[in-house]
Amino acid sequence: MLGRIAFCLTLCLVALGASAQTFVFTAIPDEDETRLRERFQAVADYLQEELDVDVRFVPVKSYAAAVSAFRNDQVQLAWFGGLSGVQARARVPGSQALAQGAEDAEFVTYFIAHKSTGLKPGSGLTEELKGMTFTFGSKGSTSGRLMPEYYLRKTYDAAPEEVFDKVGFSGNHSRTASLVATGAYQLGALNYTVWENEVEAGNIDTDEVNVIWETPPYPDYQWTIRGDVDERFGKGFTDKVRKALLNMDDPKLLESFPRSKFIPADNSDYAIIEDVAKQIGLIDE
Amino acid sequence: MRRSASVSTSLWFVALAVVCAFFADLTISAHDPWGELARLFSGLLTPDLTRTDYLAEALVRTLAFAFVGVGLGAASGFALAMVFGSRIVRTFCAFIRAIHELFWALIFLQFFGLHPLTGVLAIAIPYAGVFGKVYAEILEETDPQPRDTLPFGTGKIIALLYTRVSQAWPQLVTYTSYRLECGLRSSAVLGFVGMPTLGFYLESAFAQGHYSAVGALLLLFYVLITTLRLWVRPKLVPLYLMVAPFLLGSGLPIRWQNVTRFFTEDIVPAPLRGGEGWSELGPWLVELLSTEALPGIWNTLVLTQIALVLTGVLTLLLYPLGSRHFTNRLTGPLGHTVLVVLRSTPEYLLAFILLQLWGPSMLPAVIALAVHNSGIIGHLIGRRSNDVTLRPDAPTGIERYAYELTPRLYGPFLAFLFYRWEIIMRETAILGILGIATLGFYVDSAIQEIRFDRAMVLILITALLNIGVDILARWLRARLRLKHTAQSEP
Repeated sequence: MLGRIAFCLTLCLVALGASAQTFVFTAIPDEDETRLRERFQAVADYLQEELDVDVRFVPVKSYAAAVSAFRNDQVQLAWFGGLSGVQARARVPGSQALAQGAEDAEFVTYFIAHKSTGLKPGSGLTEELKGMTFTFGSKGSTSGRLMPEYYLRKTYDAAPEEVFDKVGFSGNHSRTASLVATGAYQLGALNYTVWENEVEAGNIDTDEVNVIWETPPYPDYQWTIRGDVDERFGKGFTDKVRKALLNMDDPKLLESFPRSKFIPADNSDYAIIEDVAKQIGLIDE
Repeated sequence: MRRSASVSTSLWFVALAVVCAFFADLTISAHDPWGELARLFSGLLTPDLTRTDYLAEALVRTLAFAFVGVGLGAASGFALAMVFGSRIVRTFCAFIRAIHELFWALIFLQFFGLHPLTGVLAIAIPYAGVFGKVYAEILEETDPQPRDTLPFGTGKIIALLYTRVSQAWPQLVTYTSYRLECGLRSSAVLGFVGMPTLGFYLESAFAQGHYSAVGALLLLFYVLITTLRLWVRPKLVPLYLMVAPFLLGSGLPIRWQNVTRFFTEDIVPAPLRGGEGWSELGPWLVELLSTEALPGIWNTLVLTQIALVLTGVLTLLLYPLGSRHFTNRLTGPLGHTVLVVLRSTPEYLLAFILLQLWGPSMLPAVIALAVHNSGIIGHLIGRRSNDVTLRPDAPTGIERYAYELTPRLYGPFLAFLFYRWEIIMRETAILGILGIATLGFYVDSAIQEIRFDRAMVLILITALLNIGVDILARWLRARLRLKHTAQSEP
């Protein structure tokens, strides 16, 4: 019996080895995760054709897992949010933001409210909100956590936990929308593209829940690549990836982000995000 | 005398739970909780397997992670049991099992990433700690006499195999197969943090409200657990163990420098890493303790207390379902099935479901913990009650329950409940990942903020809390003279 077990252990370790030079990418799980693999597989196929290397998409369950995978060199390219991109680039020297969606240069967060609150559309961050229940999206989200928290602190001069009766983290933007729509939380803050997508798809009843405020614009999502890919995949690989991303024009592919097209971006575009994250203590000074 | 001590201890526990309930947030905040519940049930009635891609793969991975994880855990647990007399080994086992498998997974994710080793070790390590302890106890209880009949010079291992192990074999097998069932639950739940098992798809389907897909996944999981006895045959186990490692999937390659970095940089407290020196470590720790650890500990204790007492109450209500004194040939299997379904549902999953349905508060966690754990203890007490022989003219119905059986079973009941105490606390802490502000919430926050130094301190605190409760429970069991042997362990 013990011998058998020892044999199994050896097999186990052998099986755990392996793998070749594959270019792997991931994306933060910010909305509808079902069929995520299927949708991003199309993007992987596109990149494989353009880059002439094996390309693989790997789904992760959290923003932090995306950052960790990037930092650990298990993925070389990632579709990050503003904050996760800053976190990742701070930990991987030489990594750079390659491209952002056309919408990302001027991204906004929507604050939404359930109709039972009696808040009118566009009524803003008023005193009335105090003492209600409120949900962010993921703890590591820019549009679902960082920027809304920043503006809440700025408006009320207090931490969200002090402003609201209860503060939750729904996990992602779609869930924020549905939690506020069912009244589980009275208020929520989310990525505006996800909101508009959900409304368009008929998943949200705008009689039940409404947008009460939108933040001023800030930079958000971007593609970030590791600094050492040129060494591993050949000279000029980074530029090839950038070009492939900027040239992506198939609406079906762009839909999975969802973006109209990609435009160039670089690290300095996100200095403001880093600044805000430091101010509210999400990144150490 | 003994009974009154048990009763007064119980009353103290109940009183404490009532006080805790005043501090706890137990509201249902969802607007339409029953509507959501109805949608879930209609999903269970209209399961749709086609909505989830890679379903077969998820199923295979769930099984593979369970087999490899439990296999490794059992093998190393057996080795640990050999040297369990050593205090260092005992402390080591208590420590590794005090950290929940999801916490282990979150730690390994940071340097092994999405590699099968993450999931395998997350199961194997805490299970090794449990196996070490229970195997040692089981072997301890065997008759030492056969050892003396062996010829002088017999090797230690051989002697052990032919005396203690051969005697204890049935108990060892029973216990190991019970842990395999637990391993399947753990394996499925690891999907919630990114392993490619059933939980991965369950979480996604739930997040989108695809209840038919949820229904399909849940039913598959129940089928897997309830049919366990049919396909896990002693003769087939070596085969499963040999095949399983090849079915884990390849994941992403490990880079070993990440392991070094994790231990030499990531988990070093920020002030030391930043070169601010030891003098800054104090304030850093104080800040962490006061803003996160203390509120986390408080909520963990409050929630554990309420869940423990509710588990006890539910167990007393449920055990007749598993007892021959209350069921007949028709209702017996039915009652058994109810208990199996209750205990098969991982509390993490149940809490997740209830949170979606009822909105955020401690209530979903309390209910989930009570339902799952009372399913387990109810089953054991029911089985224990079957050993009781009643007089032919014994009363029936409620009188039989109140005057004949419950008083006789109260001792074992308390023993089981105290045994589960530590487990309930470990689970309470982990439910924080779902958003209830127990210790797990702060651990998860620290990990999401990529501050592993803080996460490690909080995980250590969680482990110490569990060890503390375990010691307290053992002291109470001894004080109340509750006999508790390894064989009676669930």
